[in-house]
Amino acid sequence: MNQFLDMVLIGISAASIYSLMAISMVLVWRSTRVVNFAQAGMALLSAYIGYELVARVGNFWIALPLAMILGAAFSAFIEFVLMRTLQKHSTQGAIAAIAPIIATLGLLGLIRATIGFIWGQADVQLEAPLSKVGFKFGETTIAVSPMSLFVLLFVITLMIIVSLIFQKTNIGLALRASAYAPEIAQLAGIRVSGIRTLGWAIAGAAGAAAGILQTVNGAGSLSPESLEFSLLLVFGFIAAVIGGLESLPGAVLGALILGLVLAAVQIYISGALVFIVAFLLLLLVLIVRPQGFLGSKAGRRA
Amino acid sequence: MLKKHPLLTFIFFGFVLFLISNRIDELTVYQGATVAVYAIGVASLILLIGYSGQVSLGHGAFLAIGGFAAALARIHFEAPIWLTFVVAVLAAAIGGALLGLAAARLSGPYLAGTTLALAIGLPSIANQFSIFGGEQGITFDIGLPPASLGEDFTQYKWYFWISWTVALITLYWLRNVLNSRYGRGWRAVRSNDVAAELAGIHVGRNKVLAFTISAGLAGLAGALLAMTISLASPGVFPLALSFSLATGAVLSGVTTLGGVMIGSVTLVAIPEIALAIANRYGSETITTNLPGLLVSALLILTVLFVPNGPVEQMHAKRAKKGHSSHSPVEISVRVGSKSWSTKK
Repeated sequence: MNQFLDMVLIGISAASIYSLMAISMVLVWRSTRVVNFAQAGMALLSAYIGYELVARVGNFWIALPLAMILGAAFSAFIEFVLMRTLQKHSTQGAIAAIAPIIATLGLLGLIRATIGFIWGQADVQLEAPLSKVGFKFGETTIAVSPMSLFVLLFVITLMIIVSLIFQKTNIGLALRASAYAPEIAQLAGIRVSGIRTLGWAIAGAAGAAAGILQTVNGAGSLSPESLEFSLLLVFGFIAAVIGGLESLPGAVLGALILGLVLAAVQIYISGALVFIVAFLLLLLVLIVRPQGFLGSKAGRRA
Repeated sequence: MLKKHPLLTFIFFGFVLFLISNRIDELTVYQGATVAVYAIGVASLILLIGYSGQVSLGHGAFLAIGGFAAALARIHFEAPIWLTFVVAVLAAAIGGALLGLAAARLSGPYLAGTTLALAIGLPSIANQFSIFGGEQGITFDIGLPPASLGEDFTQYKWYFWISWTVALITLYWLRNVLNSRYGRGWRAVRSNDVAAELAGIHVGRNKVLAFTISAGLAGLAGALLAMTISLASPGVFPLALSFSLATGAVLSGVTTLGGVMIGSVTLVAIPEIALAIANRYGSETITTNLPGLLVSALLILTVLFVPNGPVEQMHAKRAKKGHSSHSPVEISVRVGSKSWSTKK
């Protein structure tokens, strides 16, 4: 029973960070039809910026929102410079379908090399601002620490804000309209290109939060070749695909499923199998239900 | 000459390489062997991306399968060299066929993400099984060159010979395959799968076949790579290798096999250029990060400005002047009032 409780708690805590990553990939996909494989690099860069800010400002609680704003600005900048140029040179031939993918791959390499130039190859430490020792109830220690509780609450707050933006504001309506039918949205007077940049910006902020929270909630160390962030990218992608790559609630649902499954594997079988199970889950979803669980049927071939 | 007598061209190229290999120093010989390895790897990606329209960001995983399979065959069964290569091709091709079965149903970003996940995860999976030797990996020793080649025939020269012989044969074979029924089928599927299917091409089977062959070739490259450094370990096949191969394919131009040398030579040259710059300004940060920076910048610039590669660009320019020698496969099908065409 205790083990099961631990599994659920660990799963939800991991899922909260996967869902941020998944949401940022979904937002980028919805706004420009690109799966941003540089998202891990951007999250890593944000985590480094967070580290730098903590060192300069000395306060994690100021550094976190600042890093998210910078992450949003950087992401918008990438859309503005790279993706728009790519669209302008809109190509034909075999490369057309994969050019954006390759471009994000190049971006990932560029970011990693830049991080190496600025901060060096050695690990840097981003200390957790809260205790990572689990809460105690009498004799038993549960798998929730003040840090992971904060992560969970913070992510839930972000989710509520994002869904309020999407459901209640005009900007949210414009975001949804340009994702659903860009040309009609344009006819209705929406500046679709600007809305795309905004989509990237929100994604950048979510990715930045994911990067920093993953670091402080995990081992706390950062390096340019971080495997942890590559895995974060993969798990975010898998969560997004489970949810259908189109839908924000889907991304959260996908992250929850993935988080719980991986936690179960980790606790009941072996931590070594986590990645294999995640990969098999991805293949299974893609083969059995390629449109995801909350995606539209037609969305997959776009 | 290339158009009329391809076989002669390949033999001539091999002879030139033979002459070169006798005149250059050890390090250059080693780098030459690496170029051959990259050439096979890049060619396998060109087949996959440019011809069959599928994308793999994780081809390093298939190189790893090939490298480990060859090393295992050598250690446990003392297989002769040529047989280890066959084992490498078969093992990687089986892996490719399995993934290809799933891949044939996926498009663009899904396939890219799946293959990327594989490349990220494979090294850590390999670490789990003691047969792969963990972080240290396992040695892949093909032995000394035969004594009949003379006393001063060095080990690296032996690697160079093997790599280039295999690479030239492979490229020649691949060139013929791409110009055959299969190659045309792949290009038709890539251009418009509905039209291709109506013309009697089995789309799914075609894609799986392309993935299988591509993975097999990647496995061959992996075995050669493991041979040149005498080791198969997770560190030999890092994620960066997958990215390098994708970069090589894009730099070469994915639509023609003709540019394959451009990409492979660039991949080997860039770390050297970076090293030269670093030596000049004397800093370790430059040595470790400049190659990645150069490769990535080159990749982005190529995608933005020469997306179809230099060779295709030349063809396009020539076609504008009236020498159209490189026309794509075009299929048009009409059923009732609907029509499909591979012509854009």
